[in-house]
Amino acid sequence: MWLMYLKVFLVGGFICMLGQILLIKTNITSSRILVLFVVIGAIMEAFGLYEPIVNFAGAGATVPITGFGRSLAKGVIDAIKSQGFLGVFTGGLTATAGGIAAAVLFAYIFALIFNSKTKKY
Amino acid sequence: MASKKCGKQTIKFTNPVNIISSYSIVGEKEGQGNFKEYYDYILKDDKFGEKTFEHAERKLIEHSIVHAIERAHLNIDDIDLMLAGDLLNQITSSSFTARQLKTSFVGLYGACSTMAESLAVGACMIDGNFFNNVVCATGSHFSSAERQYRFPLELGNQRPPTSQWTVTGAGCTILSNRSMRKCNQITMATFGKVTDYGITDVNNMGAAMAPAACDTIIAHFEDTKTTPDDYDLILTGDLGKLGSELFMDLMEHNGYKLGKNYNDCGQMIFDNNQKTYQGGSGAGCSAAVINSYVMKKLEKGEIKSVLFAATGALLSSTSSQQGDSIPGICHAVVIKRSE
Amino acid sequence: MEDKNFFEKYQAYVEAKTPKTKSFPTLIYAYLVGGLICMLGQGIYDSLLAIFPTMTTEEANAWMLIGLIFLASLLTGLGVYDRIGIFAGAGSVVPITGFSNSIASPAIEYKKEGIIYGLCVKMFSIAGPVIVNGLAISIIIGIIYLFL
Repeated sequence: MWLMYLKVFLVGGFICMLGQILLIKTNITSSRILVLFVVIGAIMEAFGLYEPIVNFAGAGATVPITGFGRSLAKGVIDAIKSQGFLGVFTGGLTATAGGIAAAVLFAYIFALIFNSKTKKY
Repeated sequence: MASKKCGKQTIKFTNPVNIISSYSIVGEKEGQGNFKEYYDYILKDDKFGEKTFEHAERKLIEHSIVHAIERAHLNIDDIDLMLAGDLLNQITSSSFTARQLKTSFVGLYGACSTMAESLAVGACMIDGNFFNNVVCATGSHFSSAERQYRFPLELGNQRPPTSQWTVTGAGCTILSNRSMRKCNQITMATFGKVTDYGITDVNNMGAAMAPAACDTIIAHFEDTKTTPDDYDLILTGDLGKLGSELFMDLMEHNGYKLGKNYNDCGQMIFDNNQKTYQGGSGAGCSAAVINSYVMKKLEKGEIKSVLFAATGALLSSTSSQQGDSIPGICHAVVIKRSE
Repeated sequence: MEDKNFFEKYQAYVEAKTPKTKSFPTLIYAYLVGGLICMLGQGIYDSLLAIFPTMTTEEANAWMLIGLIFLASLLTGLGVYDRIGIFAGAGSVVPITGFSNSIASPAIEYKKEGIIYGLCVKMFSIAGPVIVNGLAISIIIGIIYLFL
């Protein structure tokens, strides 16, 4: 049980640290990091390289945005198996619909409630 | 009539232009910085009681103008012309303030160099006997600049180590031909050229503007046959720490060694512990410093002459996204205590 | 003096003078915060499976992500997430919470320009590329998979 949490921490933290290395070395914006990690996640999943990490580290691999890429790729492949060619178009969004819809909904609600505040530092 | 032009870029005013009043207002963070005892007004609330940051920026500029006029014992009707600018698109903060004040208005855009630009233009207007009282004002707001040029405020990103902190603040100076027994005066002005050494990093404005500052200040020295030692204080606008180091190196490369009398508004305005990395920037930075610290130092007689060279980066978010490099500009004015 | 060579020299000189982020501590912070967010996710996931025995792992995973997204949006609205971000850097960008923050923050910021043209239009100004590129790559993967 605790070993699992250690694994989650180590793998999840490591993926984030890779992002931080990129951030420091190249000064790229966070938007580009997200894009890059989603694409990497999707490609790794397509080659069957990401699934072992998920099995090993659970949330340590699904919570980082690479997990989002993994869902996209996994969704497409699963949908093609069941729907054929149509799956190419429906698979990706179906698999990630929950996350996107939640992000949009909560952003909408909280944007109506809260106002932005000036940064202190 | 003898020409007032001196050299290629500089104007020497026949009658030094009197500064009859100055006023500065800054935000909370700036109020905790190095010049806290010099500012006339420090905000407690960044929005200044307004709904949006843009409205707050307008109110900052308006507040500084209204109080500067009051301090000069003038009415708004006595003001012939308002010269103002800011960083927002279409300089709305300034023009909306002018709408409120109902004076003639000329909008200027020199990015962070607007304060020096307006002083230089205003001094020309007075010395040319066109107007009696001219208001020069500018301001900026951290949050409105941030949302226009960078990211939403709530986005959890890290600021790069070369970045500067846009100053929330405004400053206003009133120039007049009214005779005064003793006051600060503008004696010379140098209009700068747009200079671009091909820097593209929008997070490193200091490096982009340093060549412009160097260009203008060297032109000033050559035009007026002065040296850095002729001034008690040489003050660049908002190059920040890194920018001023680059600037000093550039000056040395061109044969001018700047000593202890050199400083930079961006570098001075914040305390080192305030985590602004390279210091302050924005139109409000030099406006607040010149209208508080510098003017008061001159009044007290602690310094006698200041070469104030505000720098600006003339980029837009579109130009930088299209990969263009950042052009810089720098205008300089000489402010002296009258004898 | 002002030839191309000179510009390049100046740029190289600026580059050399530019301070770099002290990388080591920020790497640790990113690791720590990123790891903790993932552990929180795992905690939610395990609790869900324990509370609802009928739930499949897929469903639990989806609910866990939705939970984290909710938390991140809330913290963004409260003005806490950007402070975490200053400390943690990529540690709070890379997890799904960073994606949520990048949607919620422009939504909150541009609300003043109106619900439709501000909030709704700008909502995807940062996260949009993620969804566009993610979808594009998934379609490419799908097509390749179909023909292999």
